Amino acid sequence: MSDNGCGFPAPGLHSFLFQPIATVGGFEFNKVMLLALITTVLVIGFFYAAFGKAKVVPGKLQMVGEAGYDFVRRGIVYETLGKKEGEKYVPFMVSLFFFIWIMNIWSVIPLAQFPVSSIIAYPMVLAAIVYITWVALTFKRHGFVGAFKNFTGYDKSLGAVLPLVMVIEFFSNLLVRPFTHAVRLFANMFAGHLMLVMFTVASWYLLNGWMIPAAGVSFAMTMAMIVFELFVQAVQAYVFVLLACSYIQGALAEHH
Amino acid sequence: MIANLVQLAAEEEQNPLLPPGPELLVGTIAFAIVFFFFWKKLLPNINKVLEERRAAIEGGIEEAETMKVEAQSVLEQYKAQLAEARHEAARLRQEAQEQGAALIAEMRAEGQRQREEIVAAGHAQIEADRKAAASALRQDVGKLATELAGKLVGESLEDHARQSRVIDRFLDELDQKAEAAR
Repeated sequence: MSDNGCGFPAPGLHSFLFQPIATVGGFEFNKVMLLALITTVLVIGFFYAAFGKAKVVPGKLQMVGEAGYDFVRRGIVYETLGKKEGEKYVPFMVSLFFFIWIMNIWSVIPLAQFPVSSIIAYPMVLAAIVYITWVALTFKRHGFVGAFKNFTGYDKSLGAVLPLVMVIEFFSNLLVRPFTHAVRLFANMFAGHLMLVMFTVASWYLLNGWMIPAAGVSFAMTMAMIVFELFVQAVQAYVFVLLACSYIQGALAEHH
Repeated sequence: MIANLVQLAAEEEQNPLLPPGPELLVGTIAFAIVFFFFWKKLLPNINKVLEERRAAIEGGIEEAETMKVEAQSVLEQYKAQLAEARHEAARLRQEAQEQGAALIAEMRAEGQRQREEIVAAGHAQIEADRKAAASALRQDVGKLATELAGKLVGESLEDHARQSRVIDRFLDELDQKAEAAR
């Protein structure tokens, strides 16, 4: 917290720093790590309850689980990769989607109130796994030269501009792509959290004297932002998985 | 504003795009656990069930299909049987009608024959009766006439052979007259 003249504790980068809640052998364990691990427990716990003793005639929980599973499997993986090629990637994409979604949802859960994915490390890890997957797949599918052509968008018909295109494509595919993939998720959650914190703190800060109506507006904005964030959280999880699928699709595609 | 800048300067060492090492480790582990569970346990589980459900539904559809075909064939069979029965009934009716007609014709012929027989017998009987009556009458009339004549002439003419001839002749004349009148 800093004093900026009027005493308003504006949110900033410091809102994304956490003191360790426990230190185990020099390893500082903070709130975000705890939330990440709870995410794991929640996702596995829910799907274990839903699918652990799956029945042909599903119960309510299994039905919800199946709806979520089907959404990722049919709605994302089969749509982009097709049933035949996509089947292999279904477990990865399903776990990716629900893991990211729950990490995002922490943003609006009381007490937690912090999206795990607004710490760049988490999106980065996931984007790196996706990156390794599709790059390795490209080499496996097309061989070394084929993979290089795939990365650079090699196309003879381009003629003189081909070298330029190849440089741009190589740069864009191999260097920018993983970065944007991770930052897209991170930045959305980061900005969303900043907005939520700002309106929440403002509605508390403005709650005195003649400023009370403004506090009301700020509070209403907080509520609106929570609804909006719920939407953004789901969309970002969806986009992340959709992009992962489309990268893999690019790796599988025959170069043109 | 200046205070803001000071704050930013103080936080310059914190770059939100530079990942802290421990977080990378925790994130990797957290996701790896989720992925492992989905991959090894949960999705195979649910896929098996979904496959079973698909098979069950398809089996149900298949069963319904066979039952439908069966029902169709049974219906066809029944229809054929019904048509056959109708045909048979029509045939029987026709036959019965023919038989009935033949029977009636036969009965009629028989009746006719019997009637004719009866009539013939009646005629013969009547004829015989008539003949008997005529002969009896002839004798009676002859006797009566003779008696009457005897009485009239006062003497018996019974033994007289001519008498009978006279009577017979007379009666024959009567017969002839009757024949002619008829």
